[in-house]
Amino acid sequence: MSGLRAGDLTVGQTFETVIVEDLRRTQIVQYAGASGDYNPLHTDEIYATKIAGYPSVFAHGMLTMGLTGQAIAGLTGTENLLRFGVRFTAQVWPGDTLTVRTSVARIADGEDGPAAEFSVSTVNAEGREVMSGYAHARLAG
Amino acid sequence: MAARRFPVEAGHVLAFTRALGGADPEGGLPADGDAAPPTFAIASAQFDPDYPLRPRPGAPWHGSGSDAGLVREGAGGLHAEQHFVYHRPVRVGDVLAATIRPGKEWEKQGRSGRLRFREQVTEFRDRAGELVVTARSVSVQRETP
Repeated sequence: MSGLRAGDLTVGQTFETVIVEDLRRTQIVQYAGASGDYNPLHTDEIYATKIAGYPSVFAHGMLTMGLTGQAIAGLTGTENLLRFGVRFTAQVWPGDTLTVRTSVARIADGEDGPAAEFSVSTVNAEGREVMSGYAHARLAG
Repeated sequence: MAARRFPVEAGHVLAFTRALGGADPEGGLPADGDAAPPTFAIASAQFDPDYPLRPRPGAPWHGSGSDAGLVREGAGGLHAEQHFVYHRPVRVGDVLAATIRPGKEWEKQGRSGRLRFREQVTEFRDRAGELVVTARSVSVQRETP
């Protein structure tokens, strides 16, 4: 089980992870199948462009959150996550490359020992933020 | 509606992890007790009998076929926010039950009209009735003038 120790972290420290390169429509469809959300905005190019008026299909917000969550869990260990929350701020399109920046915002002593609060920002290749949020995780002492 | 019975199955966790670009675990399948990805609770949609974003037998679907599809009224808007509180990780082998309650509602003046935000809180409990995950989602819909 991976995990972080309080002594390993300092406020302001930032971890950067590329979570997807050149997002393929098939990965969006793969996520639709696994999550159960078959919204044609995400899975049907003809519907997304001709009916809904978008330039193409776009990714589920939850695909971006899921990819970001995997990066955070890789850092903290899934078992140690206490909270994870986000706002979706821009659409993610096929072809996008996304990077997560996870920054240590605060290290606190909680009821169950030390915990870290991270601010989370997922950006596309142009540097535009597509999702912002936070994650709280328990730390080893 | 919500998933009254959401079994956390190894094959489902494998498919979900693959969709997030994850490598298969050693041995091919996650083991009983392995933690599912942090956003896995959302996949309870598969076990919600009334989930609207899945085609179902006998019901019309708004995506393209012989034509380009249909505009769907009141489709629930776009996903604006999602928050999870983990009381413990979701694990392969869990059988969870979800209950949904409406949360706050508010409006905001956006650049292109009034936006209506709706919050929904879903609690996932295990077989012992213990809270595992509390999920809060916010959807946003543009008010038609």
